[in-house]
Amino acid sequence: MTRFLAIAQCEMRILRRNRWLFMATLIMVLFALALTFAGSAPTGSLGVDMLTVSVASMTTLSVYLAPLLALMISFDAVAGEAERGSLGLLLSYPAGRGEVLLGKFAAHLAALSIAMVVGFGSAGAVAAWFGGAGSESLLALARLIATSVLLGAVFLTLGYLVSALSKSSTAAAGMSAGLWLIFVVLYDLGLLGAVVMDSGGWFTQTLFPWLMVANPADAFRVWNIAGSEGVALSSGMVGAARALPAWAAPLSLLIWPFLGFVAARGAFRRVEP
Amino acid sequence: MDKGNARVGSDPVLSIRGLNKFRGKVQVLHGVDLDLYAGERVALLGHNGAGKSTMIKAVLGLIKAEGGEISICGSKPGSAKARAATAFLPEAVSFHPAVTGREQLTLFARLAGVKADIVGLLERVGLGEALDRRIGTYSKGMRQRLGLAQVLLGKPKLALLDEPTSGLDPISRQDLYAIIDELAAQGTAVLIASHALTEVEARTDRIAIMRKGVLVANDSLQGLSAQAGLPTRVRIRASEDAAAIAARTGGRRINGASVEIEIQAADKMATLREIAAMGDAVADLEITPPRLEDLYRHYAKEGLQ
Repeated sequence: MTRFLAIAQCEMRILRRNRWLFMATLIMVLFALALTFAGSAPTGSLGVDMLTVSVASMTTLSVYLAPLLALMISFDAVAGEAERGSLGLLLSYPAGRGEVLLGKFAAHLAALSIAMVVGFGSAGAVAAWFGGAGSESLLALARLIATSVLLGAVFLTLGYLVSALSKSSTAAAGMSAGLWLIFVVLYDLGLLGAVVMDSGGWFTQTLFPWLMVANPADAFRVWNIAGSEGVALSSGMVGAARALPAWAAPLSLLIWPFLGFVAARGAFRRVEP
Repeated sequence: MDKGNARVGSDPVLSIRGLNKFRGKVQVLHGVDLDLYAGERVALLGHNGAGKSTMIKAVLGLIKAEGGEISICGSKPGSAKARAATAFLPEAVSFHPAVTGREQLTLFARLAGVKADIVGLLERVGLGEALDRRIGTYSKGMRQRLGLAQVLLGKPKLALLDEPTSGLDPISRQDLYAIIDELAAQGTAVLIASHALTEVEARTDRIAIMRKGVLVANDSLQGLSAQAGLPTRVRIRASEDAAAIAARTGGRRINGASVEIEIQAADKMATLREIAAMGDAVADLEITPPRLEDLYRHYAKEGLQ
């Protein structure tokens, strides 16, 4: 049982040594602060505090950044070790492949959580200091951090999946970029196109919200928007979220990491080092 | 073909029966049979691509074989029990460059579930000074020695060493074989896949040779020599008349004063008596039995004509 912890500890050390932890945290802090200051203009006109606006801006940011950071950290997990030639030796030890993957996941998720908490936390603190914060906006911030970590967890496991499926690290990097593009950009564009074609028919009314929430990136958006009236107001994305039961988005975002992990484990089992 | 020698009755640590493996449509292992007993040092020889590494990976359970059976202390390859009993040194061993030797070995000890004297082990393989340096700063030989240190973790029943001397200087090779001897002395069955024929010749109990996925030889050096029927070379230095000796023995002159004859093992004593009977005409005599290199060439190329 302590085997996956041993692997997690070693992975965490590697993330600290290769400055990944520092860089990811720095990126999060810089982007979150920039958005907080740039997005503070509409505070007065909407009648919400600065932290609420800041959370809304950071939600938009996190949809892109959390998957990207997660994939950057995870794409190399299997393919990199296989390419370096260290995978065979690691797998000859009594730790099972599931334990190896779980150890890496625990470390990577911890690193991602640190980057999210520090990044969004510092931006939130700045916004609260300058523009005030209510209990609702603090809750929205906590929700943003938690859901960002979950979204990161989804893409960590998807990163392991492509890493186990690829023959080399370079191929894994390419596939990760493709995955990011599909989930974060192309999927929504496709849905948007379908909605336009359908022009308010059955598809738009019934199927579209479910299809949207099936994508973890959109589930993340919907959860944050539906969760907070203020965030919904300042992001202007209310319609779709209203058409769904409240549990739909959280369920999607909570199930995805498990699905991703099971798929990654299945692919990893077939890897012959 | 397999010689258990004095170990009849004891169960082998590693037992391979009829192992088949395909890569796509190409069969890379053809019905390989091999047994390893406790405390035995076995060399596994063969050209690149002969199937040595593939066989080792199948024993480790890293790849699935398409036929045959492998048993490690009675367990299936890849099972927790088999993995706990086995130590592995991969060819050109590699580690993450950002961790130190001590950290890497500590991780392996925790994965293996053994309490080990990490510093002592690293000193044993000559990395005492470098244990807190990152592996990225290590030379190839140092990485190889770190790989060897992890083989010594716990007390493996079976050690599989794939090209263990690659990247090592001659002194380190000596140390390596001393460590292999220690492993064997504590009862570990050691399989050494190697190209370095002259090294394994003196340092192993048994030699197995693979050619294109087939185990073509598996015996002690003496046994292999007898089976191969390769000639022993006798070189006679004449005191005066080399031509006369060449004529009497049917040998060929290789320089002004020497004659070389090639004799089969069975004729050896008769020929030697004959030479002894020549008295003062013979100044010196040198007998060279077939070397592993000759045997290897014989077994690894047999059938290619």
